[in-house]
Amino acid sequence: MVVLPDTLEEAQNILKLCNQNGVPVIARGAGTGLSGGAMPLENAVLLSLARFNKILNIDAANRAAVVQPGVRNLAISEAVSHLGFYYAPDPSSQIACTIGGNVAENSGGVHCLKYGLTVHNVTGVKFLNMEGDLIELGGNTLDSPGYDLLALMHGSEGLLGIIVEVTVKLLPKPELAQVVLASFDDIEKAGQAVADIIAAGIIPAGLEMMDRLAIEAAEAFAKAGYPVAEAILLCEVDGTEAGVHDHIQRVEQVLQNAGATEIRTSQDEAERMQFWAGRKAAFPAVGRLAPDYYCMDGTIPKSALPRVLKQIAAWSAEYGLPVANVFHAGDGNMHPLILYDANKPGELGRTETFGAKILALCVEVGGTITGEHGVGVEKLDSMCVQFGEHELKQFFAVKHAFDPDGLLNPGKAVPTLHRCAELGRMHVHNGELPHPELERF
Amino acid sequence: MGEFSKQIQQQVRDAHQSKTVLNIISSNTKSWYGRTPHGTPLRTREHTGIINYQPSELMITARAGTTLAEIAGTLDEHRQRLPFDPPYYGEDATIGGTVACNFSGPRRPYAGSCRDFMLGCTMFNGKGDSMRFGGEVMKNVAGFDVTRLMVGSLGTLGVLMDVSIKVLPHRLAEQTLTLDAGFSEAIGIMNHWAATPLPVTAMACDGRQIYFRICGTPSAVETSRKQIGGDLYEDGLNFWKDLREHSLAYFDDPRPLWRFSLPQAAPHIAIEDANGPVNEADWLIGWGGAQRWLKSELPFDEIQMLAKNAGGTASLFRNGDRESECFAPLPSALMALHRNVKHAFDPACILNPGRMYRGL
Repeated sequence: MVVLPDTLEEAQNILKLCNQNGVPVIARGAGTGLSGGAMPLENAVLLSLARFNKILNIDAANRAAVVQPGVRNLAISEAVSHLGFYYAPDPSSQIACTIGGNVAENSGGVHCLKYGLTVHNVTGVKFLNMEGDLIELGGNTLDSPGYDLLALMHGSEGLLGIIVEVTVKLLPKPELAQVVLASFDDIEKAGQAVADIIAAGIIPAGLEMMDRLAIEAAEAFAKAGYPVAEAILLCEVDGTEAGVHDHIQRVEQVLQNAGATEIRTSQDEAERMQFWAGRKAAFPAVGRLAPDYYCMDGTIPKSALPRVLKQIAAWSAEYGLPVANVFHAGDGNMHPLILYDANKPGELGRTETFGAKILALCVEVGGTITGEHGVGVEKLDSMCVQFGEHELKQFFAVKHAFDPDGLLNPGKAVPTLHRCAELGRMHVHNGELPHPELERF
Repeated sequence: MGEFSKQIQQQVRDAHQSKTVLNIISSNTKSWYGRTPHGTPLRTREHTGIINYQPSELMITARAGTTLAEIAGTLDEHRQRLPFDPPYYGEDATIGGTVACNFSGPRRPYAGSCRDFMLGCTMFNGKGDSMRFGGEVMKNVAGFDVTRLMVGSLGTLGVLMDVSIKVLPHRLAEQTLTLDAGFSEAIGIMNHWAATPLPVTAMACDGRQIYFRICGTPSAVETSRKQIGGDLYEDGLNFWKDLREHSLAYFDDPRPLWRFSLPQAAPHIAIEDANGPVNEADWLIGWGGAQRWLKSELPFDEIQMLAKNAGGTASLFRNGDRESECFAPLPSALMALHRNVKHAFDPACILNPGRMYRGL
């Protein structure tokens, strides 16, 4: 059953009714999530926040906006553009995704190395619990007394409460942004260049990498003027004019020294947008290379990039499934896109196995199974690789603190201990074998 | 797990069994903060050392007992720093205590808080279970964000054993400017400049003048200086350090020190007590208007009402009656949720109970 409340009172009544009758509730915004976090369940109510789509207040003096959860990410920046402000987190779905979902997933974007994730750009949230009580966390101040439950709500994937209002920070638009496009004949050199830029004391607004297959696909699709190369880096610097000029010069030097085969710097806004067009079209562009693709999302320490890319290439050959790599290089968040054909028997299954191996590798090199797409239903099994028994029990205890009857988005985001044991994962966490009560042979 | 960690874990397990209240102590530089500590000391100071520091990863992992000074020294060798500019309040201050208090310095409104830069932690909950949350990478949405929940929880949810924190490079140039202005005028001026893209990294007002710190490349600092105007303040480095460490003359006062957390542009609060209008010199405004200090003997409830009317909250930061509540009261539904969260981590209520709120 899908319900579309218009008002807070209606939403509260729905929750009370569901709570009294033990009916699970799943909050859903625009449904653009990439891990199935808002997927409907049988015998549950799907609570759409689509009609909570108003910007309630723009507080220019305090550089904040109060919005309902169904407001689109980009709509916030559009509504405050005339004041010289914008809302910083920019997930690639920003034209369609909503701020409530952004909080639930703690969404990132290409600018989060410098400007942070959703959690860094939200100062307050109002949410409803299963009893329909309205609870306010934070507000229009930089901190609030008590536990940081506001942080806890970010990335909680609808398991802790139904978000009904969000206060976001607005930032002044930078005076200038310029992007450098650098080509490399070797992807390891590009990876080293990323480390060199950081070591030079520069925090780019965005630092993106694409490999050969992704470049070719993007160029064929978006005609961004990308060169033929093994890898390209896009490095954006923003700020005051003087600061940008200084840093761009430095970035060009560093890229030169790192062995870039070609370096181009955007000279105006049109050219900057053109350089980004290919990167932003990378996913649909790769979609034209094969009937289907599976978008992975793991984060690794940047120094592990060569090892991880080599291993992905080896598995790609082994499974006979091509992989295009798109990488938020500045923060180590990688998006390998596995190309496959769902109509070929068994290929989807092999793709998922391949994907799970990539995520396990991310954990092995010191990273995580999800950088920004969330766990949802997709990565429940991979959670068993990253976390041991104690952490999973603690997650359930936190869930219980907010939702004692387990009615909010049940079965998502955190796998049961039983499920992990069933999978037979022998993940050794902190030197302790999970489920020590079980005999192992 | 090292021997010392195992000892700590055993102490927590034993305390859980026997329901013995523990008072987590590292360097003991912040025992004056929060409500009066009680219980058997659980000493973590010896748990020191930087475990992993990768300058190009912009990340450091250190054991909780590592001093801020050691971390700052190590980062400085690679021209990096803790971005939230933490106050030490004592030279032996440790990273664990800083995280537990969520203390951040003058840079906070422009760079972010201690909580913002936390990436991961290893901790024991109140049952002594060892757990690792988050990680050493900047983007990580696997599982609930327990790491950030730990920040500012004053040791009431777990014992921090090590923490992973994002670091940033030093700025190339820095200057401090002053501009004459009283509090009311200053709030408007500070918010005007905060709404521009200029690289302002700290703003404060003592009632006579506004202090601006600008950081960036030398040419960006120079052009910003021309736009803001005012006078160059030669002793800026010491001013910001003294403000951060509460070693300005303003803070040398036995009266209760209240910290107001307000919307940055909230108008200046003019108050009166039994003796007439409160001396303007009892105020000090930091964080560009978001954090305001007041030295006052006014009762707790009156202070809370002033803060609430201005759109924020207040806490008793130093001095005063620390057996009573120090932090702004929470609405009942939110307090009930806090108790549930406390129970989820520390069911026997043995970890720093009452340090934040009575009964928590």
